[in-house]
Amino acid sequence: MTATTIEAPRSPSRPVKRRGVNWEKWGWIYMRASGIVLIVLIFGHLFFNLMLGDGISAIDFGFVGGKLADPFWQWWDVAMLWLALIHGGNGMRTLINDYATLPMTRGVLKSAVLAAVVVLIVLGTLVVFTFDPCPPGQPADLLPALCAAR
Amino acid sequence: MPQQTAGTLTAAKKSTTSPRPAGTLYRGREGMWSWVLHRITGVAIFFFLLVHILDTALIRVSPEAYNVVIGTYQTPLMGLGEVALVGAIVFHAYNGIRIILIDFWAGGVKYQKLMFYIVIALWVITMLGFTPRHLINVFSH
Repeated sequence: MTATTIEAPRSPSRPVKRRGVNWEKWGWIYMRASGIVLIVLIFGHLFFNLMLGDGISAIDFGFVGGKLADPFWQWWDVAMLWLALIHGGNGMRTLINDYATLPMTRGVLKSAVLAAVVVLIVLGTLVVFTFDPCPPGQPADLLPALCAAR
Repeated sequence: MPQQTAGTLTAAKKSTTSPRPAGTLYRGREGMWSWVLHRITGVAIFFFLLVHILDTALIRVSPEAYNVVIGTYQTPLMGLGEVALVGAIVFHAYNGIRIILIDFWAGGVKYQKLMFYIVIALWVITMLGFTPRHLINVFSH
């Protein structure tokens, strides 16, 4: 049997910071904590939208508008939006750090991911809390059933 | 004991005429493939998420605009794509639990290979439940 020597891991490109908040540690914890919550939120989202009733073929403005007229689903979707985008953005940051070798490329790619995450979190949160499930002047057959009572 | 650990690393190696590098405990085995799949499914889900937030944001524009775009999700081709998407999400979810168990459960490292096969088995069971139901919804409407 030949002896195997295991090389020392790469030495860090800059000295290890000993003071202040350890952001990498909190990122690591966030991926696991948000992951557990996202399993519940996303499996619930998929089951409600794709498995119940007629699934994907029943999804239209009436379906989504009726759902998002309910604060329960508003908060469900906003929690999913924030947790998933930050989880996904942090995951993309990990991949960029692994595969983009030039500091310039890494900076550009990570800035693009950050911009996409921030813009979509703001957009999604505004849409969920400001949209009207019964917009005036729209044909009644396109609207959620709850609009007929108004 | 460190020397014994080093010894087990070479146990998987054997002399061969194959030009491919010999396997190790990690390379080419369950640990590596679960890591590769976790990254690929993660990137795929991330890009779908970007699109999915934009299409859902159309509820703020008008019912017609939303219905036109969501209608493209109901075509047969996209229906098959949704099976792939749900498959990616379910693998990423179950393998994520496996990663958490490797990190926090005392037996996690010892049983990581077994847990990979449990992930695959649970994935198959979940997809057997989802796929027929979803494809009926896609192709019967």
